[in-house]
Amino acid sequence: MGVEFEPRIIAFMCNWCTYAAADTAGVSRMQQSLNVLPIRVMCSGRVSPEMVLRAFRAGADGVLVMGCHIGDCHYSNGNHRTIKRMPLLRNLLGYTGINPERLELQWVSGAEAPRFVEVTEAFIAKIRQLGPLSQEVME
Amino acid sequence: MSITLTIDGQSVQAEEGQTVLEVAKRAGVTIPTLCYHPALEPLGACRLCVVEVIQRGRSQIVTSCTMPAEPGMEVRTSTPAVMESRRTVLELLLSRCPNVPVIQQLAAQYGVTEPPFEADDPNEKCILCGLCVRACNDLVGAHVLNFSDRGISRVIGPAFMEKTRDCIGCGACTIVCPTGAIEIVLEKEALYAAKPLGPASAIYVPFLQAVPRVPVIDTDACIRFRQQARTNGELADACGVCQLLCEARAIDYTQQDEELDIEVGAVVVATGFADFDPYLAPQYSFGKSPNIITGIEFERLSNSGGPTEGEILTAEGVPPKSVAILHCVGSRDKHTNKYCSRVCCMYALKQAHLVRDKTGADVFEFYMDIRAPGKSYEEFYERVQEEGVHFIRGKGAEVTVQPDGKLLVKGEDADLSRVVAVSVDMVILGTGMTAQPDAAEVSHLFGIGCGNEGFFTEAHPKLRPVETNTDGVYLAGTCQGPRDVPDTVAHANAAAAEVLALLTKGEVVISPATAEVNRDKCVGCGDCIPVCPYTAIARVDGKAQVNAALCKGCGTCVATCPSGAIEALHFTDEQIVAQIEGVLKWV
Repeated sequence: MGVEFEPRIIAFMCNWCTYAAADTAGVSRMQQSLNVLPIRVMCSGRVSPEMVLRAFRAGADGVLVMGCHIGDCHYSNGNHRTIKRMPLLRNLLGYTGINPERLELQWVSGAEAPRFVEVTEAFIAKIRQLGPLSQEVME
Repeated sequence: MSITLTIDGQSVQAEEGQTVLEVAKRAGVTIPTLCYHPALEPLGACRLCVVEVIQRGRSQIVTSCTMPAEPGMEVRTSTPAVMESRRTVLELLLSRCPNVPVIQQLAAQYGVTEPPFEADDPNEKCILCGLCVRACNDLVGAHVLNFSDRGISRVIGPAFMEKTRDCIGCGACTIVCPTGAIEIVLEKEALYAAKPLGPASAIYVPFLQAVPRVPVIDTDACIRFRQQARTNGELADACGVCQLLCEARAIDYTQQDEELDIEVGAVVVATGFADFDPYLAPQYSFGKSPNIITGIEFERLSNSGGPTEGEILTAEGVPPKSVAILHCVGSRDKHTNKYCSRVCCMYALKQAHLVRDKTGADVFEFYMDIRAPGKSYEEFYERVQEEGVHFIRGKGAEVTVQPDGKLLVKGEDADLSRVVAVSVDMVILGTGMTAQPDAAEVSHLFGIGCGNEGFFTEAHPKLRPVETNTDGVYLAGTCQGPRDVPDTVAHANAAAAEVLALLTKGEVVISPATAEVNRDKCVGCGDCIPVCPYTAIARVDGKAQVNAALCKGCGTCVATCPSGAIEALHFTDEQIVAQIEGVLKWV
């Protein structure tokens, strides 16, 4: 191989909480890896299961769906949909040959920039250990 | 019908039906009374109010409280005969009750210093005037007190002098009793609960700046409402003293809470805060001693309109010699509220200043750090330090009530690295601000966010501090987070300005990022309708239709639609997928 595997992670972030946290993390000069590729959506409730699968098909090694904490949703209860959809999708991922661990749902509020870094770094480390998705699917 | 009579040579007007005493009082003529109360039928029992009345050339000594005023009547209130009568009455009263201050004073005024007869019981206080009997029967309607026995064995009390459940403990008898012969005996805790630093009466002006500045009736304390509730409405006209005495006839017991439907263009939520419940920090022994009070109770105590008229007194009625003020009660503590309540340091410093200023007592401030970031605040902190307040750097750990009633405050002095304990007469708990207990309900009512602490969420912490996520709903003051008076005023002014800006503009700008239904793809399943937080989707002609004015563009419906018939404008599936593919292509 020679070159070390660098996971490519698509992170869906809601506009109001997690995107703001990511912004704050950047402005606060927090140390972060470059593996997270942010996709801004208005609400984590906008992230349909199909969108997650399209991200994997496009070559993502992991997908993070991130939104406001339950009760803090800018749209009152959009994240209530997300919290039902994502675990269901995780259960189904196994059937497609994708390790369910490659999909994670995390709540990060706008004030939780340190938590944003913590969560993304942990996820990157996990995916790094799992290896590239292409390898997994071929096996 | 107005009538004219003469009192002490002065011609006065009177209404028909008024008694001589009432007319005299109105005319500014003082007549001593013991058994008279303006709200009760006169009985003429104490005989102190005797006056000389001259009618049709005949003079007689009568009790002015029972004597109706008549035209042409001549009343003299201080003739030798009247004075002699009153002196005799007072001699007899003093003989019966030699140790009642009111009677002693009155007697001294009339030159009676020694009782002519020996008292049967030197501790007797009751003069059998029957005021309490009349109050209990005619006003309260409880019918507990009455006279029993006759002659020298006459007494006042409940039937057979036994405890009765008919007594509602209203205390009317103790209030009207002129000699202090009746006391309400309560359990210690009930006594403390019944005598908080709150209003002393069932009718009061809520606070000095109340708008409108009119009294309100506390229906839980008011005798009339209590009796109504107790008898299921059968006894509806108990007491009524306030209505009887109000000259403006402003008291209306029939008023009810009203719900009004008002259409408005904007709402400012200014529901304020709740004081931290000191029972949640039991280490401070709140409730175990009346001398452990919260900051807001101290405010009441030091207020010139308060129960002590602004004098700082312990429950024993004496100025404290030492006072401990505990900072951060319920704040900055993982067991209660984690956040800093922001105002407590400054109010605690102010209270320390007041205690020093008014009583000169030793003041011990237990603090973690002093947070004094406002304009001139740090300077005030320095001033309080110079006033000799003892600052102990360490949170107060525990307050215990000593057997002698003194309060032992323990804490750690971090500067000296050792545990300290001080014994004080009064403890003021610097309780913090918490969200209103019904904050969650209010947040649902308006569809606004509410953080874990219960304070409402602003649209942006820096750029939109008074707006909420729901258009047209604004926040003002401590419902959004702890803040002091100047900050609250600024916040409220900002909210008012935002409202005016919205209302005067005449039109509302909405984001173009809304959902749109492709009617060709929509099968009319209706799955999108319940997921919409704004009820912006309706089924029109069998297919979904989005009301763009209501839609906020969250896209939940887009993700829900099984037939892919809804698109979120500016966040279409195509756009998002293009972004995903785009970013993955380059890394």
